[in-house]
Amino acid sequence: MLGKTANGLFWMSRYLERAENTARLIETGQRIALTRLGDDAREWASILQSAGSYPAFMDAHEEVTKEAAINWMLRDRDNPASIRTCIEAARQNARLVRTAITGESWEAINAAYMSADASLARKVTERDLSEVLQRMRQGTALVRGMILGTMMRNEIFDFLRIGTFLERADYTARIIDVKYYVLLPSINAVGSMIDNVHWESILRAVSGRGGFRMEYGAGGGPREIVHFLVLDKRMPRSLAFCVSKIEDNLRYLDPEGHSPSLRMVRDLKTRYLAHDVSAIFDYGLHEFIQSVLSALGDVAAQIERDFRFYE
Amino acid sequence: MSGSDVFDEMWGSDTRLREPYRDFHDWFDQEDPRRLRAKQREAEELFRLTGITFNVYGKAEAEERLIPFDIIPRIISGPEWARLSRGIEQRVRAINAFLHDIYHKQEIVKAGRIPEEMIRRNDAFLPHMIGVTPPGGVYTHIVGVDLVRTGPGEFFVLEDNARTPSGVSYMLENRETMLRMFPELFSQNRVRPVQTYPFDLRRSLAACAPGCAASDPVVAVLTPGIYNSAYFEHAFLADQMGVELVEGHDLRVVDGRVAMRTTKGYKPIDVLYRRVDDEFLDPLNFNPDSTLGVPGIMDVYRAGGITIANAPGTGIADDKAIYSYMPEIVEFYTGERPILQNVQTWRCSEPDALGYVLDNLHELVVKEVHGSGGYGMLIGPTASRKEIAAFRRKLKARPGNYIAQPTLSLSTVPIFSRAGLAPRHVDLRPFVLVSPGNINVTPGGLTRVALKKGSLVVNSSQGGGTKDTWVLED
Repeated sequence: MLGKTANGLFWMSRYLERAENTARLIETGQRIALTRLGDDAREWASILQSAGSYPAFMDAHEEVTKEAAINWMLRDRDNPASIRTCIEAARQNARLVRTAITGESWEAINAAYMSADASLARKVTERDLSEVLQRMRQGTALVRGMILGTMMRNEIFDFLRIGTFLERADYTARIIDVKYYVLLPSINAVGSMIDNVHWESILRAVSGRGGFRMEYGAGGGPREIVHFLVLDKRMPRSLAFCVSKIEDNLRYLDPEGHSPSLRMVRDLKTRYLAHDVSAIFDYGLHEFIQSVLSALGDVAAQIERDFRFYE
Repeated sequence: MSGSDVFDEMWGSDTRLREPYRDFHDWFDQEDPRRLRAKQREAEELFRLTGITFNVYGKAEAEERLIPFDIIPRIISGPEWARLSRGIEQRVRAINAFLHDIYHKQEIVKAGRIPEEMIRRNDAFLPHMIGVTPPGGVYTHIVGVDLVRTGPGEFFVLEDNARTPSGVSYMLENRETMLRMFPELFSQNRVRPVQTYPFDLRRSLAACAPGCAASDPVVAVLTPGIYNSAYFEHAFLADQMGVELVEGHDLRVVDGRVAMRTTKGYKPIDVLYRRVDDEFLDPLNFNPDSTLGVPGIMDVYRAGGITIANAPGTGIADDKAIYSYMPEIVEFYTGERPILQNVQTWRCSEPDALGYVLDNLHELVVKEVHGSGGYGMLIGPTASRKEIAAFRRKLKARPGNYIAQPTLSLSTVPIFSRAGLAPRHVDLRPFVLVSPGNINVTPGGLTRVALKKGSLVVNSSQGGGTKDTWVLED
């Protein structure tokens, strides 16, 4: 496979994953706004931070308002993480790797693009927001379904998976980081109403409410949430889950295990994901997440080099 | 030009249904126009979803457009096709012999059949190719011959596309779309298949591999990139052939071979089906600013390390000034009379011809020698007085840059318009594959149709559409 193709596959799936995550973030923000418990502007600022685009947003806007934040995340072309930008970029990469993916997968991406193109051409009103978000998520879900259902399990598939799980791990880590102060063990052992809303919004942002409830019933506080999002190997958006998928797929690409990126992932696992949750709090939650984020960035850069994405 | 002069492929010159269209017309008569209209829209949806679009040059944002597709097929009978394909084969054989000759001994010049300056002073003549014989002796691996028809038996060659002919993906997708929408038509009519083209192409290219190639030669398609107007076609062909689609920056010369950067290191390519023009192929040997090509590929090529399809320098064979010599070229190399006719052509470089052309601009079509895509041409009968005057000045300034031809009354095929069937002018581009000792004309081709009533310009960049092209079994 061409290095360029591996690169295109990797970014195609990263952008698809990012589009979905941005949709989740908007839903989460909207949900918090509706409960009217927090400070609206501050909540949206923290949502923008989770999306990694708060500074860019503030360059283009005077203040954070709900309407501006939603428009920015949904359809602003200056925002590299807006749903529109991501879906366009995913399709652009899909065109580049058109010969590597199945016709069905391509058509699904093209359909997602056409639907985004139509739905996001104009400002989306609050009334239409949830329907539009749902349409976007259905579009990307169909792509994922087509990829899973029609693609060979070969190196093409491996690069798609690596892109997906790197993006997902990155996102989950940022969600935790932006809200880390809410998750620090507080003196009031039982969360207040406000805490509960924040915790719920964290879980909502990773589609984890149902799974968390299954594990912990009505109970569970910050410690459990951190365990769930970082260490739980059955939670499909946890750091441990994502990193083990990245490791699996790198190993398929390189069965002898010589590639530096594979060694880096294994190292990341033993250093950060082999302990229990107390160790994370002892290390400092914020510092821990920062270390993981930077290690993930290093892995991504090493994959580019190992598989000759550019040179 | 009056309507009755025009030959219609369905109705002939009068109103008697022609034989090849009989079964189709029976079917059409029984169809509900509303269903057909719905099908026409469905076809468009299908094209949009599969992404069969072309990018329009000169737009700020690369805009993707659909080429309109019309559901009424163009139908060619078995005997008609037999003659056409014999003529095409003869012409393509002559073109390859001509290319070999002018890059070697130039016998045709020595015999006085073509003036030397036609070759020497021609922009499309590539000195780098002098004395070079491509692997297998094949210059034009893929040719698209543009044909027009003016009467029952009158076919003319309008142009020989011997560089990088495009449009074959439309031939294939148009058929695919018709098969999906109207399967019953293909049970009723015995239409010869075109779907083996990608397989044939791969086999034909592999048969032209250089001596150093592996037993299963590595083929790749070279594209200028996703912003090129024909990118869809490049990706489509690579996908259908099951080969890599590469860009210049994926390639470099490694140990005397052209190799592509894979996730596991550089891998040599044996046959490169390039969709990049000569000029951009090699910044070391040609245009130094090109980022689309591979530095040093010409040196590898001349040392026999790779097959480039089509060979560099083939442009001289489809140059419009050389075109006017095609009857001589066919006779000189095949010893036979040309089966397909040339359109009468005035070379404006010649004073007598120029005089005639200037006096008759309102009746002629004038084209740039190196132009394509329907740009930079004058269609006398439909041009305004002002346009003719402006063109006259350009022509006088650089006569050698132009040729002129009579305005042909192109045949029509009906399109399915809002008001029912309506005749529109068409041309035809069959596709030809050449490998050592083998010339294979795919039974069918791309029929382009001018969607505007009375218009003779069929180019997609100028509002033309396409049709499925049927060649019937004998």
